[in-house]
Amino acid sequence: MYRYDEFDEGFVKERVSQFRDQVRRRLAGEITEDEFKPLRLMNGLYLQLHAYMLRVAIPYGTLSAVQMRRLAHIARRYDKGYGHFTTRQNIQYNWPTLVDTPDILDALADVEMHALQTSGNCIRNVTADPYAGVARDEIEDPRIYAEIIRQWSTLHPEFSFLPRKFKIAITGAEPDRAAVKLHDIGIALVRNSAGQTGFRIDVGGGQGRTPIVAPTIREFLPKQDLLAYLEAVLRVYNMLGRRDNIYKARIKILVQSEGAERFAALVEEEFARLRGGALDLPAGEIWRIRAYFAPPQYERLRDDPPELTGARDADAEFAAWLHANVAAHKEPGYAIVNISLKPPGGIPGDASADEMDAVADLAERYSLSEIRVTHEQNLTLPYVRQRELFELWLSLKIHGLATANIGHAGDIIACPGLDYCALANARSIPVAQEIGKRFADLKRQHDIGPLTVNISGCINACGHHHVANIGILGVEKNGEEFYQITLGGRADERAAIGRIVGPAMSFDAVPDAVEKIVNVYLARRESAAEHFVTAYARLGEGPFKEALYAAR
Amino acid sequence: MVAKIVTANRLSDGLVVYLGDTGWTPDIHRARRADTPDAAEALLATGRTAVAANEVADAWLIDIDGHRALRRREHIRALGPTVRADLGYQARRDI
Repeated sequence: MYRYDEFDEGFVKERVSQFRDQVRRRLAGEITEDEFKPLRLMNGLYLQLHAYMLRVAIPYGTLSAVQMRRLAHIARRYDKGYGHFTTRQNIQYNWPTLVDTPDILDALADVEMHALQTSGNCIRNVTADPYAGVARDEIEDPRIYAEIIRQWSTLHPEFSFLPRKFKIAITGAEPDRAAVKLHDIGIALVRNSAGQTGFRIDVGGGQGRTPIVAPTIREFLPKQDLLAYLEAVLRVYNMLGRRDNIYKARIKILVQSEGAERFAALVEEEFARLRGGALDLPAGEIWRIRAYFAPPQYERLRDDPPELTGARDADAEFAAWLHANVAAHKEPGYAIVNISLKPPGGIPGDASADEMDAVADLAERYSLSEIRVTHEQNLTLPYVRQRELFELWLSLKIHGLATANIGHAGDIIACPGLDYCALANARSIPVAQEIGKRFADLKRQHDIGPLTVNISGCINACGHHHVANIGILGVEKNGEEFYQITLGGRADERAAIGRIVGPAMSFDAVPDAVEKIVNVYLARRESAAEHFVTAYARLGEGPFKEALYAAR
Repeated sequence: MVAKIVTANRLSDGLVVYLGDTGWTPDIHRARRADTPDAAEALLATGRTAVAANEVADAWLIDIDGHRALRRREHIRALGPTVRADLGYQARRDI
């Protein structure tokens, strides 16, 4: 894992003490709310429906057990005993007081954490593949470059007041588990025909009210040019991006209005000026950062040890969990374990302080003390020995953390919605809970196969509804909550935006509607191997529409 | 006119408060009602004074029916998250 150097440590501590003084001045009435708001947002502190909300950064979704335990401590001591993991691999606390926030930030700084770049019109925390460094299909660990981008972007004076927020995601593998094509900049490590490793750069993707899959503007960028090229993209955006209309200010609007080709040409022009200068990324520097992400000392093990195969054959429930929640590891004898934060009827992404402590303990015992947060709002243990999978599963079960639904109907992404969020128009969580209960039978979920169901409580789309196989968007009409359903979206390497299937429906009608859609799929798919999105593309919306609306 | 009250988030902890007869209260039942446009304007002016005095972060008028906020958003603010009955004012017995 990355460890702070003296600069990082000093900088984060200094930032906390600056904020402590800003809070003091605000409470003393020396500065107004208008003056204070941008300052608190720069430190991750929002004001939501019920209280302040603190969004804590988990850069590229990597956490140590010690850090997770600190998050639990903060939840207990300063909040109401829980936190909410978000679709940007962060954690949010829903009830911190303004008075306590400097102490919370100090408690975070003690374990090399902070709330920087979690808000405001800056380059936000870089997100990455949660399987980074351990995926069998990976070219290179993307966190090396995520960390380099973090160091370049933090407090970058030119990019601290962009037209709008700016999100970057990076993957090191071809299967995209970081939704890179739905980001302002998506970066994928690729190999060119000469066998060299570099980056493909996608720009201008995003969700919100204008969902767009990012076009690729550079098929191959040499590694040493990463920062010069990103700086060129940001500079073009900063100069030409709209500032007159908040809804037109994201880079995706600029890329669309200029056209991807013309935008790419503008970037290349700027890049030609920057290339080979101060932003050049020397191989030595890449090696220096890479050392922080060096693989652990793996034991020499074999795949499928008898402790695993014996338990798998003897226990169908364990076998089902292996099938749904455990992924292939690049090292023989190891596995990647996903911990679902989506028990049936639970609140997607919420974890109690006790659960956080339990995960920290299990990470220490089974995963070399490391944890990842996924953009689907789950947790991942990246270094589990296959021979200990059964033991780990038994422990997870004791803590209620062994729900075997990763990537299935119950693994619902949901934003906080109107239960917490000041921007929301409708509730998301209770809809997710009802659907989760409806599909609580895991055997049924596994029979249905991989399926994503995502819910947003407003068009800002924090719940990623646009890119769900079945997407649900909450809207308000005459004071009532209604929900619009989209079909056919996906967030992976073949990212696509879902299409609205018909008129919005009431809160109570949503679980039935999802069930009807699933039933059409089950009845009409060619085989269990035909994924929902493939079946939808083949069948068109007709049968789904008919099932939903014909009887009305 | 639909009756109105003034609500805000308290500066120190961000919690929801309502303008009552003797200052800010977390209890929507104790909010001072305005039944005329002039009374609503005066109530809001009092709220804004509290903003200027840094007691609350913002202040605005909301519609009520009896003691129930008409908009769902405000109703949820008055009670707490609908998915966690143990949180927010709905969990307090003293309100």
